[in-house]
Amino acid sequence: MTYSTTVRHQRYTFDNLAEVLAKANEEKSGDSLAGIAAADQRERVAAKRVLADITLREILDTPLIDPAIDDVSRLILDSHDQPAFTPLAGQTVGEFREWLLDDATTGELIAAKQRAITPEMAAAAAKLMSNKDLILAAAKIRNVTRCRNTLGERGVLGIRVQPNHPADDLGGILLPAVEGLLYGCGDAVIGVNPAIESVDTVAAILGALDRLITVSGAPTQHCVLAHITTQLAAIERGAPVDLLFQSVAGTQAANASFGITLDLLREGRQRTLEHHATRDVRWVGQNVMYFETGQGSALSAEAHHGIDQLTLEARAYGVARAFEPHLVNTVVGFIGPEYLYDERQIIRAGLEDHFMGKLLGLPMGCDVCYTNHAQADQNSADNLLTLLTAAGCNYFMGVPCADDVMLSYQSTSFHDGAAMRRLFGLKPAPEFHAWLEERGIVTADGRLAIGDMAAHPLLGELHSLIGTVDVQ
Amino acid sequence: MAREIQPQPQNQLTRALAELRARTPARLVVGRAGEAYRTSTQLELREDHAFAVDAVHSELDLNRDFDPQLVASYKLFDVQTKAFDKADFLKRPQLGRQFSDEARATILAHCPTDVDFQIVVGDGLSSAAVVSQVPALLPLLTAGAKKRNWSLGQPFVVRHCRVGILNDVGVLLRPRVAVLLIGERPGLATAESLSAYMAFRPEAGHTDAQRNLISNIHARGVPPEQAALRILALADQMVAQNTSGVAIKEELTVNLDSKTSAGRLEENPA
Repeated sequence: MTYSTTVRHQRYTFDNLAEVLAKANEEKSGDSLAGIAAADQRERVAAKRVLADITLREILDTPLIDPAIDDVSRLILDSHDQPAFTPLAGQTVGEFREWLLDDATTGELIAAKQRAITPEMAAAAAKLMSNKDLILAAAKIRNVTRCRNTLGERGVLGIRVQPNHPADDLGGILLPAVEGLLYGCGDAVIGVNPAIESVDTVAAILGALDRLITVSGAPTQHCVLAHITTQLAAIERGAPVDLLFQSVAGTQAANASFGITLDLLREGRQRTLEHHATRDVRWVGQNVMYFETGQGSALSAEAHHGIDQLTLEARAYGVARAFEPHLVNTVVGFIGPEYLYDERQIIRAGLEDHFMGKLLGLPMGCDVCYTNHAQADQNSADNLLTLLTAAGCNYFMGVPCADDVMLSYQSTSFHDGAAMRRLFGLKPAPEFHAWLEERGIVTADGRLAIGDMAAHPLLGELHSLIGTVDVQ
Repeated sequence: MAREIQPQPQNQLTRALAELRARTPARLVVGRAGEAYRTSTQLELREDHAFAVDAVHSELDLNRDFDPQLVASYKLFDVQTKAFDKADFLKRPQLGRQFSDEARATILAHCPTDVDFQIVVGDGLSSAAVVSQVPALLPLLTAGAKKRNWSLGQPFVVRHCRVGILNDVGVLLRPRVAVLLIGERPGLATAESLSAYMAFRPEAGHTDAQRNLISNIHARGVPPEQAALRILALADQMVAQNTSGVAIKEELTVNLDSKTSAGRLEENPA
């Protein structure tokens, strides 16, 4: 079906829904790289006008990628909540945007429609929203999850401690992990990206992180962000896995390029739940998965089917929500300038991703980050961090001074997490906060309580801990 | 649980802390000014970022950046890809994988074809890496190739260069083994890290699956002497097995961490 409109006497025609969606996007270098972006600002606004008049029913009935060749399309259609959708079906995307922003539309009302809203509908609404709209709508929605603690409640901001090391040195991982705890960070997860993708390495890091959590008594979960098959092999070998990690994308072919299928994710979740049942840990819930995503990943894998990167990102969230994750974050500035060219595009993408993830029911966090070949710097990260905290983002990354010495990119720091909590009056996850208070690390209102991190007894305990793990 | 462990006396702790800090390049125990950095931390971060960004954006200039003797003795010359400027290069990776017409003509005029070992130097994402590492690597690689009685190609420098240029090198010059020394995306820890991408009889359509890589070549990573040995050893393996890429296994650790397996690996300027 073709669509057309006239903007100030000039006629614009679009061959299909995919073209409307792509051209209605705010400017992204990745869409230009794919050759699907609007030619100019007038064509962009024409596409937005056309999109505003398309009904949600029409979007549902027009799969962008044939379900016969794409299991993500099938998953989206098979898990669609028809009864909840019926009252929304006749809304146009323009009306849907207004419904989301309306005074009377509470977070609870939106949550009741979560499974009626498909990723493509969420993407369509995002394309008609300003940055402030994305913040306002997302801020209504809280998606709460539980594993070893409770994340996502209103008034809570979590931080992942990301103590990566270029050679996976266990001491070099544990020291920044402990320092993160002393900044009140680590409630989202203590999560390490391994430099070496081997079962031995992954099992060794898992063992060290587990020992840290046990010895310190911090109510949080750990994760080693290796390929899902490597983590499952580590479980087989007796290593403790709290959260099972995987990168996911919005098409079957892109997921295949990551070496995963939906069945593998299902199997992994099941095996992790079984593994948890065998461990002497106080679990407070059954959200056991951790997913990372990012606009442009499908194009980068040449698996984008001519669909724009924003819509494909929403479809990645369609994958994620099927597995009830504890954590999901977009790694918004990592992919590089050929997909998100500069600060303006990175900020826009971060706000879009967070909004769409929240709308689709995910416990959405964000790795606010940039590489040194993008037109961005730490001020850009400060900006997006502040905007996303206003939007109610579930968690951010905590990297020592925001400088990841393994992945060679800049993210956000322990200091940044503390700054956002102070600025917006937010607290750590409740179980974790109680522990922080007990250890004199953070005050009852969530403020940092200690000046000299090196003087805190937790570091002395770490010294004993290091003796108990196999440090090379 | 935590109570069972006796804290260490402060002097021992300080020593232990110092030992641990020495084990990671991460910026630890830097203190704070409220919820912000101390001024010294803030300025160190800005300084490191400045060097990283300048490494990406500065244009490589043979005559300015290299010792004139090195340029003369290797008869080094430079050419450019189809990427017109750095912005073009960053936004449109495909252009950095193809020689301009002028570059093709220059290369054909200066380089013998069908050699055993062809060295190409590309700026990639860090001209600083090329300036720092290539002067040490070039003589080592040349000497190693001569020792093996390999015929040597004429080395040259490619500006606005991506890894995929190896295919164009193959089409133009038909070398048996080609090695591309190319600047990696700079981090804050170093802006001078170089990669060596290698291919056996590179040709149109080759991807990373047909290439081998030695990354992290810099003083605190893989030093040039070690890198040269590994490059030459890989070349030996390629010649012996008549192939390159996934079929060749060096003593390398394969990096498939989260962010790379998500297709987000931009550490190297592919």
